[in-house]
Amino acid sequence: MTLFIEQCLNGLQFGLLLFLLAAGLTLVFGIMDLVNLAHGSLYMLGAYFAATFAAWTGSFLLGAVLALVATLIVGMVLEVVAMRRLYGRDHLDHVLGTFGLILFFDEGVRLIWGPGGLSLPVPSWLNRSIEILPGIQYSAYRFAIIVVTLAVAAFLYILVMRTRIGMLIRAGASNREMVGALGVNIKLLYTLVFGLGAALAGLAGLMQAPILTVQIGMGENIVILAFVITVIGGIGSIRGALVAALLVGFIDTLGRAFFPQILVELLGRQAGSTAAPALSSMLIYILMAVILVVKPQGLFSANSR
Amino acid sequence: MRSALTLRNIVTAALVIGLVLLPLYVALTGDRFVLILFTRIVILAMAAVSLNLILGYAGMMSFGHAAFLGLGGYTTAILSFEGVHSGFLQWPAAIAVSALFALAVGALSLRTRGVYFIMITLAFAQMAYYMASGMARYGGDDGLSLESRSTFAGLLNLSNKTTFYYVCLALLLGTILLVWRLTNSRFGMVLQGVRSNESRMSAIGYPTFRYKLTAFVIAGTLCGLAGALIANHTDFVSPSMMFWTRSGDLIVMVVLGGMGTLFGPVFGALALLFLEQFLPTLINMAVRPFNPAGAAKAGEYWQLVLGPLLLFIVLFARGGIDGLLKKLGGKHSSHE
Amino acid sequence: MRLSKALFLASTALLFAAAPAAAQQKSVKIGFVSTFSGPAASIGDDMRNAFELALDHVGRKMGGLPVEVIYEDDTLKPEVGKQKSEKLVESDKVDFVAGFIWSNVLYASYKPVVDAKTFLIVSNAGETRIAGENCSPFIFSTSWTNDQNPIAVADYMNQKGVKSVYLIGPNYAAGKENLGGFKSEFKGKILGEDYTTWPSQLDFAAELAKAKDSKAEAVYMFYPGAAGVQFLNQYAQAGLKGSIPLYTTFSIDSLSLPRQKDAALGVISALQWGADLPNDANKKFVGDFKTKFGTEPSFYAAQTYDAAMLINSAVAGVKGNLSDKAATQKALEKADFNSVRGDFKFGSNHFPTQSFYMQEVVKVGDAYTQKTIATAEKDVPNPHASKCSMK
Repeated sequence: MTLFIEQCLNGLQFGLLLFLLAAGLTLVFGIMDLVNLAHGSLYMLGAYFAATFAAWTGSFLLGAVLALVATLIVGMVLEVVAMRRLYGRDHLDHVLGTFGLILFFDEGVRLIWGPGGLSLPVPSWLNRSIEILPGIQYSAYRFAIIVVTLAVAAFLYILVMRTRIGMLIRAGASNREMVGALGVNIKLLYTLVFGLGAALAGLAGLMQAPILTVQIGMGENIVILAFVITVIGGIGSIRGALVAALLVGFIDTLGRAFFPQILVELLGRQAGSTAAPALSSMLIYILMAVILVVKPQGLFSANSR
Repeated sequence: MRSALTLRNIVTAALVIGLVLLPLYVALTGDRFVLILFTRIVILAMAAVSLNLILGYAGMMSFGHAAFLGLGGYTTAILSFEGVHSGFLQWPAAIAVSALFALAVGALSLRTRGVYFIMITLAFAQMAYYMASGMARYGGDDGLSLESRSTFAGLLNLSNKTTFYYVCLALLLGTILLVWRLTNSRFGMVLQGVRSNESRMSAIGYPTFRYKLTAFVIAGTLCGLAGALIANHTDFVSPSMMFWTRSGDLIVMVVLGGMGTLFGPVFGALALLFLEQFLPTLINMAVRPFNPAGAAKAGEYWQLVLGPLLLFIVLFARGGIDGLLKKLGGKHSSHE
Repeated sequence: MRLSKALFLASTALLFAAAPAAAQQKSVKIGFVSTFSGPAASIGDDMRNAFELALDHVGRKMGGLPVEVIYEDDTLKPEVGKQKSEKLVESDKVDFVAGFIWSNVLYASYKPVVDAKTFLIVSNAGETRIAGENCSPFIFSTSWTNDQNPIAVADYMNQKGVKSVYLIGPNYAAGKENLGGFKSEFKGKILGEDYTTWPSQLDFAAELAKAKDSKAEAVYMFYPGAAGVQFLNQYAQAGLKGSIPLYTTFSIDSLSLPRQKDAALGVISALQWGADLPNDANKKFVGDFKTKFGTEPSFYAAQTYDAAMLINSAVAGVKGNLSDKAATQKALEKADFNSVRGDFKFGSNHFPTQSFYMQEVVKVGDAYTQKTIATAEKDVPNPHASKCSMK
């Protein structure tokens, strides 16, 4: 039972982290109708910036804040220089152009920081395990990630549902032309939204960095998961992204934790233990295919009524 | 532009003639690697031509086309592993397996549109990828080596590099011919109609879903055959053939060469593999005069150039190489 | 317009220009295949550094002939490795192909090299089939097979009286062979084993929670390259460090230690070489490597240095007459060079017969290093030699 609760916490933590990535993606997707494969590169940049700034300043928190600002700036510059030119084009152009950007960012990072990757140590005040429930020890750092991401989710909720910017964002997601017609400075809004998405990806990257080390290509696998979540949740829907992210986080973690035993029972030790990691990775894609077949617009589509 | 002698046609003809005569060049210079490289180019061009049928002509943005390469390859390799070496069995099996997979994936995916279609085809390709990784008997993540190439009852010896090259080239040209016939038929007209306005086509009364599914299955099947070729070419298959970045590579080839054009994907495959092969050397040569010591290292950063190049093509050269040739030819003739 | 036209023509011409000039120069040509891009590039760079250092040490000449090395990047993909190997033997017509980090890349690439009767000197990848049923007179290894080092660790743990263990490793050939080797030798109970998706899975929370829950006396793991850094960090964060001793192979080296730091302290592994081995060749290698590149060499570098020295000894042995394949093979088999690991000789399958040392991560001043603490096994032949018919 202890093991099960601990695995659920791991699933929750992973799911919430994926939510940060998916939230930015779904905003950009929903409002600018832009498929940004290079979202994973911003995640990677967040981690590299944090590792660099934390080493300079000697403080994890200060490094994290600076890294957030830096990713925000990179995101906005990227929007002005490249992404802006892709709006209104078809999705194939987005896929291809941002595919090119991935190559560019990966090699650029290698040029600047070298091929070996960096490390960002967990701050010492979080580098221990705490008893979060009687008898259950859990990594303090992972627990901190859960707290921070929940806070960000709450912030996003308030931003989108209660502020003027949020109103424009919501309006943009369901009817782009109308927002433009209202005389809103749509260019600036787009730049801000893209920057916000970039900062969220950067936050995910820098929080994941102490767990996974900072390395080139770290965004490539996770960005596909983030896309899966965006699509399952319904493009443009933050609420959908949250639900889908938790779903994917739990399925992935619990699948990895308990699926092998089930398979070993079914297939025998040798075949079961080799097939398990591959098949548990498949679960997520099966989930997505099933959801799309049943609901071709995802769970919570922003455009549907 | 009524004349058949446009620059585009001349270059295309030169390409075909060059491809046919390539083994002659190899025989003269003794550089067999060129033959190996071009065999690969020809096979991938075939895969790109098949993708172009649905991507370029019908506007279906499949992001999982590499799955068919893998399926065809794995079918061939698994049969070979189990002792079936005859290509008369292996290749039809590869074709049948990819056709069935395409039918299933198409039937489910074509219910969705736009980005959802991109993502669901990606999901199916990822499933195939993880499925192959999970097959412990057939090497799992590490892939499977072919003990011998497909045999054709003594009629063809695929281990002979020149023979194999011509087999691949013949199949590529056959594929192009098929696509040409298809796109100029009523079927192709409907497909292109679907690309520009699907609701109108179905309003007129065309069963667009059936047309799209048929095209999807044909494209998947052709790509499966290319997969059987690539397994024979590398004597090896692995799940990484189906990873999502490989599907990305195929899309790059189609767009780089020119979407919805007959020979565009061939140009695209040629250009991409050329870049992969020679861009490091080019950068190396470009950097050498300024920094001799760093030149060799600089060549390794070739993707730093390739990435923005892709973006540039997307932004400013939509027609790809084919479009460029057309434009150059057009300007040229207007001068005269 | 004219420029783009010219560019197009130039690129077409480039293909033909790239065809090789006549291969009649009198030199030793070596092709070196490793990973020079992506996260694993740090390993490839370290190997290249060692190879270059070895060339410096022999005065850039072998058997009186100038040496030319062509480095090729396999991008960690088997089919790319194969393509590059084919290019080296068919187009560049090299005399030797060396390198290879990854078992799967090696397994996809060895055939074209051997078919072209070119000598292949493997300096890392320990694919067991290459040592056994797929061995060849043209293939030599300066490393080990994937199961050898874990067998040494299991041996050591048996001696220490460790009763139970939990195994974690990546789900690819080397991972399975590594853990398989461990299992074949370990006498205690194996309480569980997990194989994770390679190389994409980097979060080991689920696996570590299971290991903790199993109450095993020790954990054995295998994660080469960057994944080893992640594993050790997470091991500490999960509260396992200090409570369950960790054993490993190939997961800690001089490239990863600066990033593993305290998380690696006390971890024990087995290798056939250590930077502190007290022989003259090793002292010169380690000293010069540090001076030239500013870091301690990794075991990848040590094996690659040996590979270069092995090639040098063979070229000198046949006095530069590399067209005599049989004589070159004989000269390679003699292994007439001073290995940085001390004694070095080949077994019947062209894999080294060698000793294995236990190493523990210690902190010296501000630096972390691996200290040799015991000899696990002495002069063991490669276990797959009996499956090799050497035809």
